[in-house]
Amino acid sequence: MSISKLGRPLIALAVLALLIALPLLAEAMGQPALTSMVARILIYGIAAASLNIVLGYGGMVSFGHAAFFGIGGYVVGILYAHHASGDPLLGFIPGTNQLLITLPAAILVSGLAALVIGALSLRTSGVQFIMITLAFAQMLFFLFVSLKAYGGDDGLIIRRANEVPWLNMRDKQTVYYVCLAVTTVFFILLWRFVNSRFANVLNGLRQSEKRMAAIGLPAYRYKLAAFVISGMGAGCAGALMANFLRFASPDMLHWTKSGELMVMVILGGVGTLFGPLAGAAVYIALESILASWTEYWQLGVGMILLFVVLYTHGGVQALAQRLVGRQT
Amino acid sequence: MTLFFEQTLNGLQFGVMLFLMAAGLTLIFGIMGIINLAHGSIYMVGAYAGTLVITETGSFLLGVPAALAVAAITGIVMEVAVIRRLYRRDHLDQVLATFAIILILNQAITIFFGRQPLFAPMPDAFSGSVELLPGLFYPVYRLVIILVGLAVAAGLYILINRTRIGMLVRAGSTNRDMVRALGVDIRMLYTVVFALGALLAGLAGLMAGPVLAVQVGMGEQILITTFVVVVIGGVGSIKGAFYASLIIGVVDTLLRAYLPGLLRQFMVGSEADALGAGISSMGIYLLMALVLLARPKGLFVADS
Repeated sequence: MSISKLGRPLIALAVLALLIALPLLAEAMGQPALTSMVARILIYGIAAASLNIVLGYGGMVSFGHAAFFGIGGYVVGILYAHHASGDPLLGFIPGTNQLLITLPAAILVSGLAALVIGALSLRTSGVQFIMITLAFAQMLFFLFVSLKAYGGDDGLIIRRANEVPWLNMRDKQTVYYVCLAVTTVFFILLWRFVNSRFANVLNGLRQSEKRMAAIGLPAYRYKLAAFVISGMGAGCAGALMANFLRFASPDMLHWTKSGELMVMVILGGVGTLFGPLAGAAVYIALESILASWTEYWQLGVGMILLFVVLYTHGGVQALAQRLVGRQT
Repeated sequence: MTLFFEQTLNGLQFGVMLFLMAAGLTLIFGIMGIINLAHGSIYMVGAYAGTLVITETGSFLLGVPAALAVAAITGIVMEVAVIRRLYRRDHLDQVLATFAIILILNQAITIFFGRQPLFAPMPDAFSGSVELLPGLFYPVYRLVIILVGLAVAAGLYILINRTRIGMLVRAGSTNRDMVRALGVDIRMLYTVVFALGALLAGLAGLMAGPVLAVQVGMGEQILITTFVVVVIGGVGSIKGAFYASLIIGVVDTLLRAYLPGLLRQFMVGSEADALGAGISSMGIYLLMALVLLARPKGLFVADS
């Protein structure tokens, strides 16, 4: 037990060191594409881990988290579009291409959206909550499809990634390191969050809302706060993704994206700190391997997902642990 | 005025289709406690099966049993192979497993039929239009859809409230364990209910064939709207699903028909069209938000 407690941070540090060295390793191995694949893993890892706050810790099955992911992306895209054209948004908000402004803005706006959607959706629970979050995400999807000024159906091209002072963001490696830095900060914050009193309350709410209410805790407010935090994390990931792809489109809000995020969480293990990151890695690796074999890669993903849900309890991490446990 | 009447009928036709979907979904949830995302996939399978048989044989009459049988069999296979293992799991596992089924069925259909949408021919007997009011010609086929939907609603009402199976269904949704203790084969009942839901979804898919394009993804499109219906009507309530379907169908159709025109009074034509289309797509979700504010459990909560 004490070894595993010591081992966890060591493994995390080792993975971090590997991630820092990755661009050099990838060059040396002649696989430069690996770096951008890992960047996508990191970004989806943030989004999935954010979803895990409500899904794993809070037990609220949100099927609409792609909405916040997409909003984060569109904040970057729309601010860039106004920066490029020069006319302010709504007549008074100037556009910008500074990541240090767009990233907090994306987090803020997606947090506000999560506040509104969460306040309405959390009036229900269980299966209605699933349907409602899905429906609201779909509503925002249609909103962005109809915004012809920002590309509508085709999406919004961001000609250049946002700038950061003293960094050359035209270099893909620099973008990778920015993503890595944000991911590191995010997971440190998440680690603090998971060990906080707030997360304990959330855990308690998942197990028994009545009991927590009997203790005197306002369940609704705690759940709403968790939902907002979770939405902000997903928005942060969306902003990074828009910078990474230099593109924001309604696809980011599509309901299948919400499904993918959930799949990542369950692949990695629900309610674990690094599980969603591992799940994102597994999902994206799986996607690129299957896609190189066949254009019908989703068939494989579907079958694997079905297997994981029906026969493994706790995703890849638990499966690996069980296999390791069986060997020793 | 004739335009308004025509659009209202279109809305009713859409609402009736939604009801066929929502009735199955809400029944399955109310009795088995399962959230079935793959309900839309059964609709798609029904549409493909019906369209295939109709185009191959040229007979709509053969297409009807084919679509219904294929949909019901798909439902039974799904229930026995997957859904049955999910009854005791939480909603998250149910969502993910049925999401996996969507991916699998969508890809399977793509492999067999390709990505091009299919178009089912209109049955000859229903291909004309009738003059309902002076100056208002309405396609017979759409009227048939409305009538079939209403007949199914009446049939369901009788089935649930007047028959032995309906009694078991009502009992099962109130207290599962008690029904089992009384010696009812609850697994059989679940399979029957699931097959019934699949049958209705297949019927909706079949009827949608000649009106809409039959393509991969059609199931999810109607599924999400069906969710809105189920939430507004109250999860588990067939009566609620019926009224909510008609409300959503009419509201959605009328918004799409009139909103761009209204907006055009204030703004440029193309922009008004785009914004109008966007807002009218959002309309039903806003309606759902309003209903939730007033009645979080939906308009017609199942009596349990």
